[in-house]
Amino acid sequence: MTQDAHDAGSATLTKKDFKSDQDVRWCPGCGDYSILNSVQGVLADLGIPKHQFCVVSGIGCSSRFPYYMNTYGFHSIHGRAPAIATGVKTANPELSVWMVTGDGDGLSIGGNHTIHMLRRNVGVKVLLFNNQIYGLTKGQYSPTSPVGLKTKSTPYGSIDRPFNPVQLALGAGATFVARTMDTHPKHMEKIFHEAAKHEGTAFIEIFQNCVIFNDGAFEGVAGRKVRDDRTVDLVPGEPMIYGSDHDKGLRFEGFDVVPCSADEAEAWDPTRNSTAPAQLLAELDADPTRPTAVGIFRRVDAPVFEERLNAQVDKVLETKGPGKLRDLLYTRDTWQVD
Amino acid sequence: MTTPTNTGAELPLQQQESVVIRFAGDSGDGMQITGNQFTSTSAAVGNDLATLPDFPAEIRAPVGTRPGVSGFQVRFSSSDIHTPGDAPDVLVAMNPAALVVNLKDLKPGGMVILNTGNWKELDLKKARCATDPRQDGTLDGYRTIEIDINERVKQALTESGLSPKDVQRCKNFYTLGLMYWLYSRPLEPTLNWLAKKFAKKPDLVAANQTALKAGFNAGDIHEHFQTRYDVPPCTTLEPGTYRNIMGNQALSIGLVAGAQLAGLDIFLGSYPITPASDILHELAGFKNFGVRTFQAEDEIAAICSAIGASFAGHLGLTTTSGPGMALKTEAMGLAIATELPLVIVDIQRAGPSTGMPTKTEQSDLYQAVLGRNGDAPMPVVSCSTPSDCFETAIEAVRIAVQYMTPVILLSDGYIANGSEPWRLPEMESLKAFPVTFHTATEGFSPVARDEKLARPWAIPGTPGLEHRIGGLEKDGDTGNISYDAHNHERMSHLRAQKVMNVQETIPDPEVFGAESGDVLVCGWGSTAGSIRSAVEICAGRGLSVGAVHLRHIWPMAKGLDGIFSRFRTVLVPELNMGQMCRLLRSEFPKHDFASYPKVQGLPFATHELVERIEDLLKR
Ligand code: SF4
Repeated sequence: MTQDAHDAGSATLTKKDFKSDQDVRWCPGCGDYSILNSVQGVLADLGIPKHQFCVVSGIGCSSRFPYYMNTYGFHSIHGRAPAIATGVKTANPELSVWMVTGDGDGLSIGGNHTIHMLRRNVGVKVLLFNNQIYGLTKGQYSPTSPVGLKTKSTPYGSIDRPFNPVQLALGAGATFVARTMDTHPKHMEKIFHEAAKHEGTAFIEIFQNCVIFNDGAFEGVAGRKVRDDRTVDLVPGEPMIYGSDHDKGLRFEGFDVVPCSADEAEAWDPTRNSTAPAQLLAELDADPTRPTAVGIFRRVDAPVFEERLNAQVDKVLETKGPGKLRDLLYTRDTWQVD
Repeated sequence: MTTPTNTGAELPLQQQESVVIRFAGDSGDGMQITGNQFTSTSAAVGNDLATLPDFPAEIRAPVGTRPGVSGFQVRFSSSDIHTPGDAPDVLVAMNPAALVVNLKDLKPGGMVILNTGNWKELDLKKARCATDPRQDGTLDGYRTIEIDINERVKQALTESGLSPKDVQRCKNFYTLGLMYWLYSRPLEPTLNWLAKKFAKKPDLVAANQTALKAGFNAGDIHEHFQTRYDVPPCTTLEPGTYRNIMGNQALSIGLVAGAQLAGLDIFLGSYPITPASDILHELAGFKNFGVRTFQAEDEIAAICSAIGASFAGHLGLTTTSGPGMALKTEAMGLAIATELPLVIVDIQRAGPSTGMPTKTEQSDLYQAVLGRNGDAPMPVVSCSTPSDCFETAIEAVRIAVQYMTPVILLSDGYIANGSEPWRLPEMESLKAFPVTFHTATEGFSPVARDEKLARPWAIPGTPGLEHRIGGLEKDGDTGNISYDAHNHERMSHLRAQKVMNVQETIPDPEVFGAESGDVLVCGWGSTAGSIRSAVEICAGRGLSVGAVHLRHIWPMAKGLDGIFSRFRTVLVPELNMGQMCRLLRSEFPKHDFASYPKVQGLPFATHELVERIEDLLKR
């Protein structure tokens, strides 16, 4: 990258500018490639200069992501990306901070940090690659693996009940929650754009295929041929319509989401006070006759952590004036020895 | 300063050089406040001071029981002192439990002041006293003064309008007043303090001030004492401006000073833990010094957020104690691998595991120097007294930013909560070490090296310097991931050498006492005061004993080898099972080291050290 290209600013940026010189080393066919490609495209479109991006990750296949991005990046330790990202964003709120994690990294070893970042509403975009398996450690079940999944560590089938990442994020008070799929770049890009606009934590679960250890986990939902009939895209303000012929709809009936015709479909509002409707939609697929909801589950405005923290500092600075070291030492309770 | 006019002028005033008082009562009795006030007032009259608070781990153990006893020992002196004293001269016991817990420490013939208002059968039962210690011979050989403080306070405050319960809350100030009378201290500092402290509750100001004065006047009116004492100002203190300071306070100010000298804002990521939380509290109040504090969800998030902030150009700090250090270990390795400046403060306490949270120990030394996965060297510095925390904190910051490395700053519970007069440094003596972030794009590499082997600090947001860092091994030339065998060996040596390079910018420690001879006492951390006192006593006895105290624990000063060579034996007293001694033996195999471990959760008494030195000389 030449100096000139940087000086040219963001207007001329393309996807290529966001590719680092490192060879991408995911398994051929891994869903991570398409996510990387979509992210690079979206970042180039945001009108933000490249040096203002910082990509933070933990450990796992997905967490190699920062090395492939020609931005600032921090590949940290297992599960701790939310804490690192919180420090980065708080120290420099001007940065556009993106965090990449997986179901093991973000929901198992780092689950505590994930929920606390969501609760605080730190201005970080979180991409959670959910492949329902541990890939980098070669195939153990994860906290999102379905009950019964046979893996290296569960030869007789997993007995753990899985997390639903969207429900977890909603429960933790996330202000932006979305779901998308590695098989659908257009949808991913739309969601990433929405996330980029959001102030506060934007949490995105991405169905990601691990070809090696859990191939086809989402094929019945996100596969190109079935996804129009098997998913419903939650678009703010739009009726909940799906199906390859756009003929199926959903509406709320008490604490149920029930099928209806496209005409009767209810418009989706992700800004409601209660997270209950979003929670219902997040678990729609518990009933195999229902589609899986993707798109935007929640999008509300709320105070942003780093803005509040820095505002407190500014306020005290304003009232007390910049601190002088001498005053810190030479307080009122001193005495003199001659 | 003036004292009220109705002083007991008719009583003889006896001058004393140094006095140790221990205030002891129920944890709800306000003994820490009483002790702190006595300390501040004695500072104001110009005494040298040292204090040792001793409080239970439980916030409120059952009232009147032995585990509920809270104590505060203060030594005030007209000569230079280095410790809060081995044994109190005076014990103030607010109930039977406070008496039985503390009496064993009192000097033979010492004075005991008892609050008999809390001496009913039930009080004795709660303290597990089968018989009344006043009658069963327990107090034989001590000078006992019995006062019903509960009743006295009640009388003094009949017109206060306070509830009986609130009236009883004032008894610590009555007690303080009495001790002010006995040791001829002025009331004004405490009167002023009360007026400020309870500014919003005038009735509490009035009641506590009345109680304080009543206690003071009682010294004259009631004939408890045959003598009054005075401890004149200390004249051997070096000229200068002084302030009484606690260790955690000095450490907090030192961190702010370090950041200012480096020209950086602070980001403190911390999680509450005894005895380190006070640093979080202090720093949270320093926002106008560009301090951002973040109370994280756990110890790991605390350090990781600080690492993230350092990457983005703040001075990352994290504060904790032993168990928290254990949790932060992996992240320390990340800071080493990514070569980011970071200060990790460990206020040590007795371990292992939860151990004894309010008791002091120096047993995290191995953890600090050696306790990480992989070959993971990191500089370690250690505070030695409450006021020394200031300079040592600045030194930790300096090393961190100049060498682009995490640094561990060790203190302990004894230093953290102890206090002493601090001669404030001249502002000009604080040398700035400003940080400049890397901005030049020409030939930039995130792993370029300066003469110290430090890499450039290029922060996100800088045009043209986009780069990636992480915990994977990196190529020494490009910074890209590398699993190359020889590169890993080269990088391991480089990381070790970078830390050893710190030796080039640290002074040799000064030798105190004999410059050469039979025994050198080599200490580190909070043993400084006891060691100094012991060596002074030995010198007075004509023994050839010197002492050296280590601030730089890792790497150690180059000149140590030469210093050790000048003595026959090196005695290493420490509040652990001998960790420093073992480290010294491996670093300086030519010399003879004698370990003196103590693991009681308590500092060394001066006499213990003197005896050990004398034993060693007999060898
Ligand atoms: S193991 Fe699975 S998740 Fe990891 S890179 Fe290979 S395909 Fe992708």
